Amino acid sequence: MDSSIQVLEFEKPLAELERMIAHLRSHNNQHDLKVEKEISNLESKIGKLRSDIYSNLNPWQRVQIARHPKRPYTLDYVGLCFEEFNEIHGDRLFSDDQALIGGTARFQGEAVMVIGHQKGRDTKERTKRNFGMANPEGYRKALRLMKMADKFGLPVFTFVDTPGAFPGIGAEERHISEAIAVNLREMFAVKVPMLCTIIGEGGSGGALGIAVTDRVLIMENAYYSVISPEGCAAILWKDRSHSAKAAEALKITAPDLLKHGLVDEVIPEPVGGAHYKPEVAAQNLKVVLAKHLGELKKLPLERLIELRFEKFRKMGSFLEKR
Amino acid sequence: MKAIFKKPSYSSPPTTRSRKLEIPKGLWIKCPSCGESIYNQQLDENSRVCTKCDYHFAMNARARLQLVLDPDSFAEEDAGLEAVNALDFPKYTERLAVEREKKCLKDAVISGTGRIKDMPVSVAVMDFSFLGGSMGVVVGEKITRAIERGAQQKIPMITFSSSGGARMHEGAFSLMQMAKVSGALMRLSQAKLPFISVLLDPTTGGVTASFATLGDLNIAEPGAMIGFAGPRVIKETTHQDLPKGFQTAEFLLAHGLIDKIVHRKQMRATLASFLSCLTKK
Repeated sequence: MDSSIQVLEFEKPLAELERMIAHLRSHNNQHDLKVEKEISNLESKIGKLRSDIYSNLNPWQRVQIARHPKRPYTLDYVGLCFEEFNEIHGDRLFSDDQALIGGTARFQGEAVMVIGHQKGRDTKERTKRNFGMANPEGYRKALRLMKMADKFGLPVFTFVDTPGAFPGIGAEERHISEAIAVNLREMFAVKVPMLCTIIGEGGSGGALGIAVTDRVLIMENAYYSVISPEGCAAILWKDRSHSAKAAEALKITAPDLLKHGLVDEVIPEPVGGAHYKPEVAAQNLKVVLAKHLGELKKLPLERLIELRFEKFRKMGSFLEKR
Repeated sequence: MKAIFKKPSYSSPPTTRSRKLEIPKGLWIKCPSCGESIYNQQLDENSRVCTKCDYHFAMNARARLQLVLDPDSFAEEDAGLEAVNALDFPKYTERLAVEREKKCLKDAVISGTGRIKDMPVSVAVMDFSFLGGSMGVVVGEKITRAIERGAQQKIPMITFSSSGGARMHEGAFSLMQMAKVSGALMRLSQAKLPFISVLLDPTTGGVTASFATLGDLNIAEPGAMIGFAGPRVIKETTHQDLPKGFQTAEFLLAHGLIDKIVHRKQMRATLASFLSCLTKK
C-alpha cells in the first residue's frame, strides 16, 4: 500500500524529516560522506517535533489518530496483552459478524472472555470486517459470549473501535436497534467483572452496545461520541467541512470525557500515538486493565452489579426546580 | 390563500399555561397522505386522524395523555426538570430557551402516573415538537424516574416514543441516557412488572436502540417510521435502493420486529386489554 496516504496532515513535517534522514543515510552508505552528526541532529529534532505536535493535539487531530490506518486494533491488543485467544464464531441465528468478534483467552494466566470490534488493515480485510461496523449478529454474538462468561465466572474485557453500528438495509430488517437495546439492558445483569476500553473510535450506540461495564477506560487518542463529527457538522452547519469545529463542540476526547466523569481512566499512549509504538501502548493498557480487574474482583458480585447501575444512573446533570 | 396550506399546528387541550391558545393557527390542514383538506377542529375531534384515509397526524404529548388515560387521572411528576448546557455546546442554551417558549414544554417528555380503565400506570410521553424529541439528560432522567416509580409502586410502565434519537447538543451524556434507561428497565423486568412501549411516528436512533424496543410489548401506530439509522444515511452508505415501505410500522410488523399495529382510536382499549391480562386482573 502507498505509505504516503497513511501520513496525517499534521504529521507531514515529521514525515519530511524522516525522508531527509533516510536520504542522507542512503547517500552516506554509498559515498561514505561522514554525515553521522547531521543525522543524529535531525533525529533529535524529529523527537522534539513529535513531542511538540503530540502534546498540542486538537480534538479533530485526535480523531484522525483514532482512525489512523496503522493504529492497533482489537486483535493486536489481544495478541499483546492476552494469551491463548480462542475465537468463538456466530450468533447461532443468522451469521458470523467479523466486525465484532470474541472468544476465550487468558489474562495474566486467568481465564477470561474477550469481545471487541475489529477493523481491517487492507482493502480485502476492511471489506470482510465491514470497516468495524457491526450488524445485529455481532451484538447478539457479543451478548451470547457475555452470558457464557456469566455462567462460567469469566471476567469480560470489551474493546470498542467502531465508527458506529452498520446503517444497512439488512441491519434494519434484522433489528439492529433491538440488538443494541437488549445488550444495554442485559449487560446490567452480567454477574462478572466487566471492563471496556475504547481503543480507537467510540461511535455512538454501536460502541455503547458493548460498553455498559464496571469500568470504561479509554486510550489517550481515542474518542467516544454520540454522533460522528462529520454527522454533527452536517446537521448543525449543513456542511461536513466543519467537522473540526464539531469535534471540538462535542467534547469527545479522552481528557474531556474523563473531566465529565464519562470514563474512569485515560491510558497513556506513546509520543507519536499508539500506532507509533504499539507494544508500548499495549503494555500501558495491560497495566491499567490488571489494576482495575484486581479492584473489581474484590467486590461481592451483587454489589458489583449494583455499582454498575449506579455508575450509569448518575451520568448527566440537570436543574430541578420546584 | 397561503394560510390554508400552512404547516399543521398542533392544538393542545387547555392547560394551566394557555398562552398557546392565543396563537392563531391554520383553519385547514391538508393531509400529506391523501391530499384531503380537513378542518383543523374536525381533525382534533377525530384524534388527529385523517377523516378520509386514516393517516395519523402528529399529536402533542398532552393531547396523547388525554386520549389514553382516564379523565383527570394524570398526575404529572418531575415537571421542574430542566436541561443545562453542560458542554457549552454552541447555541444550545439559546435554542433551549426558544423551544421552551414556543412549545410550552420544558423538554421533550412529559411523565407521571395515571389510570387506564381504572388500572394505575406510570407513563412517559415524548413530544417530537421539542428539539425533534431528542433524548438528552432530562429526557433520560424523567423516563428513568418514571420506570423507577413503576417499580416502586408496583404498577406497569408505558412509554410513547417519538424521537430523532439522542440529543447531539449534550454529547456523550445523551448517549449514556440509553444505558441509564435500559438499566432501570432491567430492574423493572426483574420485578416482573409489565412494560409496554408504543412507538409513534417517527422513532429513530438512540431511542429505538434503547427503551423503545425493550417493551414486553412493542406496539406501533399505523404508518409510523421506525428505525435505527435514517434512510438517507443508509442510502449513502450502501448505495442501494431502499425496499418499498422500508422502516414503516407495517414493514417492521411483516419482518416480525414489532408485536402489533394499533389504530390511534383503539389504543386505549388495546392497552387496557393487555394490561389487564399481564397483571392478571
